[in-house]
Amino acid sequence: MKLKGAEIIVKCLLEQKVDCVFGYPGGQIIDTFDALYRLGGDIRQILTAHEQGATHAADGYARATGKTGVVIATSGPGATNLVTGIATAYMDSVPLVAITGNVPVSLLGRDSFQEVDIAGVTMPITKHNYIVKDVRELAPTLREAFRIAASGRPGPVLVDVPKNVQQAETEYTEAEIEKPVHKLREQDMSAAIGIINSAKRPYLYLGGGVISSGAGAEVAALAEKLGAPIASSAMGLGAVPTSHPNYMGLIGMHGHKGVARTLGKSDALIAIGARFSDRVAGNRTGFMKNARIVHIDIDAAEIDKNVASHAHITGDVKTVLNRILPLIKPSSDKNWLAQVRQENDKYPLEDSGYALCPRAILRAVNKLKTPDTVIATDVGQHQMFAAQTINFDKPRTWLSSGGLGTMGYGMGAAIGGAMGSGKPVVLITGDGSFHMNMNELVTASKLGLPITVLIFNNHTLGMVRQWQTLFYGRRYSSTTLQLPTDYVKLAEALGAKGMTLTRNEDIEDVLSKAMSAGTPVVVDCRIVENEMVLPMIPPGKGMEDMIGSLSELEEN
Amino acid sequence: MKETQHIISALVANKSGALTRISGLFARRGYNIDSLSVCATDSAKLSRMTITTTADESTVQQIIKQLDKLYDVIKVTELSKNTSVTRELLMVKIVTEPKQRPEIEATCNMYKAKLIDVSPDSTILELTGEPNKLDGFLNVVRDYGIIELTRTGMSALQRGKGSINDLTDYNETV
Repeated sequence: MKLKGAEIIVKCLLEQKVDCVFGYPGGQIIDTFDALYRLGGDIRQILTAHEQGATHAADGYARATGKTGVVIATSGPGATNLVTGIATAYMDSVPLVAITGNVPVSLLGRDSFQEVDIAGVTMPITKHNYIVKDVRELAPTLREAFRIAASGRPGPVLVDVPKNVQQAETEYTEAEIEKPVHKLREQDMSAAIGIINSAKRPYLYLGGGVISSGAGAEVAALAEKLGAPIASSAMGLGAVPTSHPNYMGLIGMHGHKGVARTLGKSDALIAIGARFSDRVAGNRTGFMKNARIVHIDIDAAEIDKNVASHAHITGDVKTVLNRILPLIKPSSDKNWLAQVRQENDKYPLEDSGYALCPRAILRAVNKLKTPDTVIATDVGQHQMFAAQTINFDKPRTWLSSGGLGTMGYGMGAAIGGAMGSGKPVVLITGDGSFHMNMNELVTASKLGLPITVLIFNNHTLGMVRQWQTLFYGRRYSSTTLQLPTDYVKLAEALGAKGMTLTRNEDIEDVLSKAMSAGTPVVVDCRIVENEMVLPMIPPGKGMEDMIGSLSELEEN
Repeated sequence: MKETQHIISALVANKSGALTRISGLFARRGYNIDSLSVCATDSAKLSRMTITTTADESTVQQIIKQLDKLYDVIKVTELSKNTSVTRELLMVKIVTEPKQRPEIEATCNMYKAKLIDVSPDSTILELTGEPNKLDGFLNVVRDYGIIELTRTGMSALQRGKGSINDLTDYNETV
């Protein structure tokens, strides 16, 4: 059948069984939105307040569901507003397809109105990108874009479609889309298996790849067979339930002190779907230098990139683990795990003594949430408090910008997470982050989404302030916000409810009201500006240099 | 680790943007490009690219793996100097007094270089060979006075029957 380019875009979305697109219209993408209106069927169009919110929403949707998120925007500023969202998805390996309109091919390269070379701009932050100049290439390109986004190590792909291509006609035949299957490359796994089987004190370090691969059960089986403790990066949270007997906690700069203390005693670190980022490894040349390292990852380029491994297996984590699990010798030694557990439990997270304690709020969230509740965050102290304190029961219930550290990610991600999962979302944010994209609160209230926004309001940019306190002689340059924002009025003005929380005594009462509302509720949680996220490994230092608590800090 | 020169050979999609992706990758990850030569192969869809880079062993492995991930890079490998042939083309324009012409011709004969343009007061010489041969030749003609020169950068092929086509495409294996 003969169809216009714009109609082919919609048909290709339907081929991929896309049920929800996030976006914002504009001059060079009218045709595609028109085709969505006419042919979109059950595809829900989520109109956000800003294109950045739309990309974060598509990203949140993808993290919460495992499906590929789709965002559509116009040329020029519409396209450039996607950039931070695309980079966020790229750093965290989130499958995303961004479709942008552009000026007609005849006007390309002439600095036309709202023209930008978005393919050029996004080249370093996409897995691949395209500019489609011939309508006959459109359907194959879109199918390839979806395949690339979801296959291998997932990531964002951008397809730029000039307006005349959206309007041109060509023959379209519907295609059956096959799910990408992971192939395990031929390789010798004996070295890796040898290290694992001969380890006396093995330790697992999980990253986001375990969640992408859906390998939580296989990882747990490996840990149980080996009697090995598990630590997770911020990206791996939820891969294995927090309550799993082998699970110890968060690794890295703001990880649990028990993890930092016990990792060093391990003789074999098995890194699974993780990439030894600087926030995990700190001083990468000294990281785990007394242990042998086995690295399992789908991306060959991650092997030996940051920390050199003694053996590695390249492939999809779940496929690899299913292949090697029968070859792993079950360990009869229960002492190692018991020892780590005992040592780990010596270092509980410390509460501050102020009137409203961030960790107490998060513990109440733990109590009030269900296993399916999605936790979204922005970036800063609140994010690290949440990563340390929230208990996870299931994968894909944690939406947080790990690699890029994008303040302003949370509001959009919460919308996408709610749309994708159909479950309640708790967004944990700070007053700084919230102000970056709070316009999307109105999108949430328009949609009536069950999102609770907990603003950890300390009137400062807390994380930077913490660094200024610790490393910059308490010179609080540009981190004191003291914004006069009235969050209750703001919430009401944007169609949501607003509440205020000032004391520990009221936490459960306020949170249970907010979290049971079923609609967007903003809670202004007034915490003090001197709150610090500890433990902390100072930048560039090793696990042994960890500042464990405020009392330790005061001693030094 | 010790930095040495490495030869990377790649089969890439002959598409606009492919070269930008590759050079952009080198720039943003802080890798050096010493030379780069590229042209379409016998298939109009494919180009063959030779990149020389000065890097330590672990960096060159990273470069190859990062290149392999690019969808426009179909196959990529490192060529060893011992098992491959390398060539580069040089054109150099030198100041030439008429009385110097026989002497220049003799030098050219020694190096198997060609005189490809003769003007009253200048000559363009062409030489193909391994890059260090070109360096040597330039040293010899430098005294005449080099007006300008251009070098193509190294091209390389593996010796014997094996070829880059024998490799697998990374993106087809994940």
